[in-house]
Amino acid sequence: MTRVPAAPGIVARDVCKSFGDQVALDKVSLAVKEGTILALLGPNGAGKTTMVRILSTLIRADAGSMRISGHDVVTDPGGVRAVIGVTGQFSAVDNLLTGAENLQLMADLRHLGREAGRRRVAGLLEQFDLTDAAHKLISTYSGGMRRRLDLAMTLVGKPRVIFLDEPTTGLDPRSRRTMWQVVRELASAGVTVLLTTQYLDEADQLADRIAVLDQGRIVAVGTPAELKSRIPGGHVRLHFADPDLLHSAAELLGAAAPDQDQLVLQVPADGTVDSLRELLDELHEARISVERLSIHIPDLDDVFFAVTGSHVTAQLNGDPARQGVPLS
Amino acid sequence: MTTLAYTLSDSRVMLRRNLKHQLRYPSMTVMLIGIPIVLLLLFVYVFGGQLGAGLGAHEGRSAYLNYVVPGLLLITVASAVQGTSIMVAMDMTGGIIDRFRTMAIARASVLTGHVLGSLIQILAATAILIGVAFGLGFRSAAGPLDWLAAIGILALFAFALIWLAVALGLAAKSVETASNTPMILFLLLFLSSGFVATATMPAGLRQFAEYQPFTPVADTVRGLLSGAAIGDHAIAAIAWSIGIAVVAYLWAIRLYNRRRAAEPK
Repeated sequence: MTRVPAAPGIVARDVCKSFGDQVALDKVSLAVKEGTILALLGPNGAGKTTMVRILSTLIRADAGSMRISGHDVVTDPGGVRAVIGVTGQFSAVDNLLTGAENLQLMADLRHLGREAGRRRVAGLLEQFDLTDAAHKLISTYSGGMRRRLDLAMTLVGKPRVIFLDEPTTGLDPRSRRTMWQVVRELASAGVTVLLTTQYLDEADQLADRIAVLDQGRIVAVGTPAELKSRIPGGHVRLHFADPDLLHSAAELLGAAAPDQDQLVLQVPADGTVDSLRELLDELHEARISVERLSIHIPDLDDVFFAVTGSHVTAQLNGDPARQGVPLS
Repeated sequence: MTTLAYTLSDSRVMLRRNLKHQLRYPSMTVMLIGIPIVLLLLFVYVFGGQLGAGLGAHEGRSAYLNYVVPGLLLITVASAVQGTSIMVAMDMTGGIIDRFRTMAIARASVLTGHVLGSLIQILAATAILIGVAFGLGFRSAAGPLDWLAAIGILALFAFALIWLAVALGLAAKSVETASNTPMILFLLLFLSSGFVATATMPAGLRQFAEYQPFTPVADTVRGLLSGAAIGDHAIAAIAWSIGIAVVAYLWAIRLYNRRRAAEPK
């Protein structure tokens, strides 16, 4: 077994895990520097949650070595638990208690002491905008409030390392942005964050580094910019009414491989207005009418496609960047 | 703080959580305490006249009341541990248990909280039932020491059944299952000396009734409350209680420590 050096943050090397004969994680290695955010990006079933459950001492890896803030996950789970905070995919709040009681429960279990505990609870209620609902039962909370409380409970013990398993799944856009803001503030306060997500824009927005996980393997790692630079640039897709127009346009623009079936021509473009105007002027002067066009700016979905051969966003929620712009 | 102090502190926190749950889930708490009282009224006023006649006393109904109170105290225990099993399963199937498992807390404190909380609930429910029984005309020849011994035997047996219920709650895949499996305790109780003397049962059933845990407990409590001799029943009751407690405790701890084999979806 390879040893992992004692370093702050998260270091994992060659983590393997199988459930029966199904391989969930296949030699996954990753490192998160102290005070930075790593997004573990992948579709459902890629192994993201398994990785989080292993690193947070909930289940054992079959092989591999892992250290959290210098504590070995296998030999010193108690030490790991003392420095981590985990917000799982499923809400981990006590439904029969109020918001304040949930936080107080955490403060008591972290042995904060009466006065310090009370201050911490009040501070977190304030920070997460839950003061008004503090003495209401959780069963009356909205989804966004539950998530906020969930994260607040994770923060009671001031963990140095935080695991967030799909922290914004199912949240409305506003709650999502609030959550992002909180995560950013945590990282800037020196907390190490490992978050899993299936949303590419979330990884793009938050992460210092992204590790793309697919079928239990890390298929790409890098900063969002690095990953994006690995894929071809943007393009414009021109849709035509008939094959003749398609061919004329292909000839005029010198573009390769027109799509005969869908009558679509793909032309490289950087997405600026000037380049678009130039392209349309050229077509207009040649009297080739374009039915409509769509602009494609490279995003992380392209990265995912490039490294795994399948799209993530397309199957999840459609891709707003690829919606057609009708031309009249 | 030392490890022991942390363990005590964590257990106390979990106990407080459990007691709060009982108050916040009053429908269940009231039902679990109410069932034995309803059954007491049923047994005394519906069945009591006829069953009491079988006891050979001239005031059948009140004689049967005196006879059946230990049985209903055991109903109280069985009813309350059903709640334990449900509460444990609710914890284990919810997300909160994973949070506890990723925190540096005394691991078993979650279970300790349930066990102590249930024990307190049972003692309270027992007091209520005894109060109601006295209101209906229950009379006891027992002195303070007899009462103490009766409650001690009952509490020890309750402790054993609580651990059994904790294990059943841990073993259950759903809250519904956890709510159903402790029903077997009611069945065992009806096949004991809790409600009728085992001597009135047919041969095969009588032997079963005489050699199962509820009978010596019921006989011991009945003996202590009526001032009669309790013979070997107390030893059998204590032995059963300790045996069940140890086995159930080991089973529960094993289930609790077993990490979930598969990843939940």
